[in-house]
Amino acid sequence: MQAQSASGTTPVLSLRGISKSFPGVRALNGVQLDLYPGQVTALIGENGAGKSTIVKILTGIYQPDEGTITVGGQDLRFPTAQAASDAGVTAIHQETVLFDELTVAENIFIGHAPRGRFGLIDTRRMEAEAARLLASIGADLSPKARLRDLGIASRHLVAIARALSVDARVVIMDEPTAALSHKEIHELYELVETLKAQGKAILFISHKFDEIFRIADRWTVFRDGQFIEDGTMAEVNEARLVQLMVGRSVDQIYPKRPSQIGKPVLTVAGYSHPTEFEDIGFTLHEGEILGFYGLVGAGRSEVMQALFGITKPSRGACRIAGQVQVIRTTAEAVEAGIVYVPEDRGRQGAVKGMPIFQNVTLPSLHRTSRAGFLRLSEEFALARDYTQRLDLRAASLDQDVGLLSGGNQQKVVIAKWLATRPRVIILDEPTKGIDIGSKAAVHDFMSELAAQGLAVIMVSSEIPEVLGMSDRVIVMREGRIAAEFAGDDMTPENLVRAAVGIEEAA
Amino acid sequence: MSTPTPRQIPDRLASPLARRLKSWEALLLAVAIAIFIANSIASPYFLDPWNLSDASFNFTEKAMIAFAMAMLIIAGDIDLSVASIIALCSTVMGVAMMAGAPVWVLVGLGLGTGLLCGAFNGLLVAGMGLPSIVVTIGTMSLFRGISYIVLGDGAFTGYPSDFSWFGQGYVWWVFSVELALFAALAVMFGLLLHGTSFGRTVYAIGNNATAARFSGIRVDRVRFILFLLTGVMSGLAAVCLTSRLGSTRPSIATGFELEVVTMVVLGGVNILGGSGSIPGVVIAALVMGLVTFGLGLLNVPGIVMSIIVGLLLIGVIALPRLWAMWRK
Repeated sequence: MQAQSASGTTPVLSLRGISKSFPGVRALNGVQLDLYPGQVTALIGENGAGKSTIVKILTGIYQPDEGTITVGGQDLRFPTAQAASDAGVTAIHQETVLFDELTVAENIFIGHAPRGRFGLIDTRRMEAEAARLLASIGADLSPKARLRDLGIASRHLVAIARALSVDARVVIMDEPTAALSHKEIHELYELVETLKAQGKAILFISHKFDEIFRIADRWTVFRDGQFIEDGTMAEVNEARLVQLMVGRSVDQIYPKRPSQIGKPVLTVAGYSHPTEFEDIGFTLHEGEILGFYGLVGAGRSEVMQALFGITKPSRGACRIAGQVQVIRTTAEAVEAGIVYVPEDRGRQGAVKGMPIFQNVTLPSLHRTSRAGFLRLSEEFALARDYTQRLDLRAASLDQDVGLLSGGNQQKVVIAKWLATRPRVIILDEPTKGIDIGSKAAVHDFMSELAAQGLAVIMVSSEIPEVLGMSDRVIVMREGRIAAEFAGDDMTPENLVRAAVGIEEAA
Repeated sequence: MSTPTPRQIPDRLASPLARRLKSWEALLLAVAIAIFIANSIASPYFLDPWNLSDASFNFTEKAMIAFAMAMLIIAGDIDLSVASIIALCSTVMGVAMMAGAPVWVLVGLGLGTGLLCGAFNGLLVAGMGLPSIVVTIGTMSLFRGISYIVLGDGAFTGYPSDFSWFGQGYVWWVFSVELALFAALAVMFGLLLHGTSFGRTVYAIGNNATAARFSGIRVDRVRFILFLLTGVMSGLAAVCLTSRLGSTRPSIATGFELEVVTMVVLGGVNILGGSGSIPGVVIAALVMGLVTFGLGLLNVPGIVMSIIVGLLLIGVIALPRLWAMWRK
């Protein structure tokens, strides 16, 4: 660990005895947290451990029921988001709210734009400062670009620039690398080093251990809303942290079982789209897990969404169980036995505002109804069956899906599709941003499904997951299939080379 | 978080009855009863069955449209052209009547024109992906505009006496044909929205149309059907209203669309879509009917009445929020 500045030994921000309850749930129970200047503190815990709640308390969105917040030696309260911002606490969220119709500069300075004469926004100065901020984090973006024209990784950089546009003492990074490619992650690490050198205290929330060990100086573990332990990274190892997180030791992370690979189920040939992908062809078999690896923007999700009837391919054909099928709508895909678990759970996955059981039965209503009339007892039976198989944690099946944690929402989406008894299930980043416990449940279940003869496509950007779960891996780059690996050729080096386009050393 | 065996998840925590007692509909029903009692104290003529029966014409035609509109709004759309659809349907019926068409043809044309108008709206909204509020503001002018071109300052009068059954006839004692239609449609729409898989998809679309599409629902087809349904119900309202008035003027049913939307929102339907119920709309129709009738008995002028209906809407909507603020 590098030498810290003299002030590095006293925390700039301390939380003591923080508790927060919601109807029916005690989200935080007397937790503590210390953040030191010039150091990165990793907050570690499964989903539901209380990480998101503590972030919302630190940013003034929630008020703690009890406990104290001390910043720079002063006891403070954050009754509003503005108060937290004024105290120098800023956050880069998991899903940062940005404004599609505004420019990059306007997004960065919304709420505190530099003013000129008559109190009007000084656009010139704002854009100049935005350009300076973007340059300081190595982002090659025009301040004048409209946000809706940017990709997800660029949006993230805008969010980071926005967080830095206020003079922050404490920077909270909530899963900052979840949507980034390899190159961008390395740029983010450099950015974190820059912030450390500036003496900012950083709270870093991540599920990825390699990341935590790469950049964090200290760690704090929460479990089930309680503070468990904290310390420095130098004095801990991965196994110990996992043990503290889950309260038990996790021995096997990837429970891939060997399965009987059977007849071809889905054959895709020459699938093309005017802008997203070109000449995609592959065959998927019964009982097989086919991994799709690639950098963000390689066109993997777009291919999957075309197979699911969201977008139309301009050319190409697909054959399901020997029959040529034209899939124009999602309803036709479901009828043909192809289902898709999307990456964007919040918008495309679960119907928030509706109860769990209604989410599960939504594509199966023709089975749980008679002559179009709903039969609640059958709906509950179907929902109970599939949610319990996935080990869903919920208060009741009548609970709003929006109140569940990310991992449990994902289980509801998967349960919804399994209830349709599909032939092919496509999982797009199935474990992105979900806790280790839920992750293991999803992996376990995928493995079981394949063993039962279901054909599984898994799109994933996490190499250990792709290698651990897949029978075969297809790597995509710039909308095309770059390579395919099986057996001993499935190595991290091969996957990364194919994904970034480095040819085998001659 | 460490039990490996799947645990039992209960179906429900609160019983459906307990939830119903705390619902918006229950609050609205209490308001309806209060207005009923206040009216019967304020005016000695109020409790007369025939007066009450007459009063029901204040809401029956609007409520027919409100049932379909409730489903449309729950799905996240809106149709502001309903009153203009009535005008166009009535005009088409008038033209046919002048040509000597029999009653069943008039009714068929009324409903058919409504269906076509709904299909036109639906095609533009669900087929082409245009925003429903803009499309139906456009067709609101378009449909009534056609009526004005056909009729100018004139009016169609002289509908056959058989035709008057729809708006002036009685099924039994004080129960009018319109009231019977209102009751039957309330049951039908209640079943459609709350008891069928079609109704369930309406809620799913209103809560999150993208996720509904990603769940294999034919979102645009459902939205199109809802516009058809709203069109047909407007056609039915046109048959009843034309029959009751015995004439067609291009200004027929002016302002109905706002009263229909008021009824729907008062009934607890979220104007942003996703939630609401038919029982709520039924009670809201009764509330609005009772208020207008009660004020009419007290000789309150029409303009004051519309002010009171507006205040009632804002009041009932604001009440739960004020209650929550006061308790804080």
